[in-house]
Amino acid sequence: MDYTLLFVQTLNGLQLGLLLFLVASGLTLVFGILDFVNLAHGSIYMIGAFICASLTLLIGNFLWAVVIALPLTGALGFAIEKLVARRLYEKDHLDHVLGTFGLILVLETLAHLLWGPAGITVPLPLWLDGQIELFEGAVIPSYRLLIIGTGLAVAAGLVWLVNYTRLGMLIRAGASNRTMVSALGIDIQTLFALVFALGAMMAGLAGMLITPITTASLGMGGQIIITAFVVIIIGGIGSMKGAFVAALIVGMINTMGRSFLDQGFELFMSEDAAETAAPAVSAMAIYILMAIILAFRPQGLFPPRVR
Amino acid sequence: MLKLSVVGWVTFVGMVALAILPPVFLWTGHAFYLDLASRLVILAIAAVSLNLILGYGGMVSFGHAAFIGLGAYAVGIPAHHATWGGFEAVASYNGLFHLLLAVGISALFALITGAISLRTKGVYFIMITMAFSQMAFFLFQSLEVYNGDDGLTIDIRSELPMINLDDPLQLYLLSYVSLVGAMILVKIIVNSRFGMVLQGAKGNNERMVTLGYNTYFYRLTAYVISGAMCGYAGFLLGNFTTFISPDMMHWTRSGELMFMVILGGASTAFGAVLGSSTFVLIEEFLSSLTTFWHLPFGLMLIGVVLFIRGGLMGLFKAGGK
Repeated sequence: MDYTLLFVQTLNGLQLGLLLFLVASGLTLVFGILDFVNLAHGSIYMIGAFICASLTLLIGNFLWAVVIALPLTGALGFAIEKLVARRLYEKDHLDHVLGTFGLILVLETLAHLLWGPAGITVPLPLWLDGQIELFEGAVIPSYRLLIIGTGLAVAAGLVWLVNYTRLGMLIRAGASNRTMVSALGIDIQTLFALVFALGAMMAGLAGMLITPITTASLGMGGQIIITAFVVIIIGGIGSMKGAFVAALIVGMINTMGRSFLDQGFELFMSEDAAETAAPAVSAMAIYILMAIILAFRPQGLFPPRVR
Repeated sequence: MLKLSVVGWVTFVGMVALAILPPVFLWTGHAFYLDLASRLVILAIAAVSLNLILGYGGMVSFGHAAFIGLGAYAVGIPAHHATWGGFEAVASYNGLFHLLLAVGISALFALITGAISLRTKGVYFIMITMAFSQMAFFLFQSLEVYNGDDGLTIDIRSELPMINLDDPLQLYLLSYVSLVGAMILVKIIVNSRFGMVLQGAKGNNERMVTLGYNTYFYRLTAYVISGAMCGYAGFLLGNFTTFISPDMMHWTRSGELMFMVILGGASTAFGAVLGSSTFVLIEEFLSSLTTFWHLPFGLMLIGVVLFIRGGLMGLFKAGGK
């Protein structure tokens, strides 16, 4: 076993897990408070990436582009809530799924119209484009460390926001009893819109952070949204802690599966068979995990107490 | 004279039109419309099967496209091996074998995934069914033997006794008869004691459980029947397109199937057929106008969800009163 590779892959898994958390936290927040299933969350992730990518090319600085793109993505979330999502809250989950499925088609086509069918590649600033040697042989791109740092910071910020601020108190109160909160004179509609915008910003941030590594592309939203749903289902829909733990688990399994599963399989089957089976199993691994967890705990790992 | 309600008339006229128009299109030299009608009728079978559990059973399956894909691969894989060798156990052009395989594999997949999924409720059920279909999607995507993402092209269609699937009209008529059969089957199931329990569990599960019904078993049975029926639609679709790819199982395909059911009107016999017909025709029309047809299509979807209660059949019902 190559321990340096294992270490580097652990960091990669952590990075993927934190990006997934950024997307999943918005989903789980919106579901926990608004009881709303938002398939279009992945499209917001994609549009955040595109906005940031064009801004980077326009002003030539990736970090400033992120700073400007964040409120824009938040505003997009706010608008979506006002125009479409709000009208769906009262309907059932099936209508949520269909309505936001329509929203996906609309948003993806708009992105196609605005940015064209090809993706946008984003250059990193020079000082982020380097590599850092953590110890002998373990070289990791410094940008990946930045993603890990940002992800952890946002997770901590979110815990602080929900548990220790007045806004967070209102959010939690709104989650347990929205009628009561609005009877106490809180503008619950605006509160909901803010939560939605917050979720959109986090999804957008994830999209922006991944763009320099991959590219901003039309298909990226559809890929991440399903994984993000797997994350919140494993974690327990509505639970922030569950989303965090499950995101890290899924990130690790995905990364480790891709790099080590074939070696693991070779222990008990032929090299050829392992090379065929490993990609198939690693692609399905998170779904298998989800099925196993749901078979034993139908509410996920950390079902929220409210519900 | 037939005594029919408005809904009854819509169903009657619709089904007669589907029986008569496509052959007429073919004889007047518009073979393209026969193609369109074939796709429409095959998707309608899938929508009817989904309607059984979604409309009548209240089980929102977001993974029904998996069964279509499994049914189609049950045609593609044996035909592939029959042409290129290998995997002697399944290599065959025999249509009846393909058919049994399609229905059998789909039923088995439904039994296993349903047994797990039905332990959950609400959003969890929606998402776990989707996850299982994604599992099937990724499995076939990573199977290099069957060209992964690029899919399988079959050169020889399933060989059935007396029916030649290479003839577009015979394929259409088989699909049409199958659709009528599927609709009658669903009707019989829904009106049986079994169907009553199923609908009762949709309305109030606790009450049915208290009355002593093992609703889990009823739901699972309905789920397996629905999956097998959808696999049959996949068998037809594979023979129709002669091109089978993992894309058939993608979660967006499942979303489209759900939309067909809701658009037409869930838990009505003809709703699923009306929904899939409308869906396929609008899709065809819009995509002939612009490459960006997803935009108006998505807006329409949102509009239907927001403003049309009970789908198109609901409109007819309201109009008939």
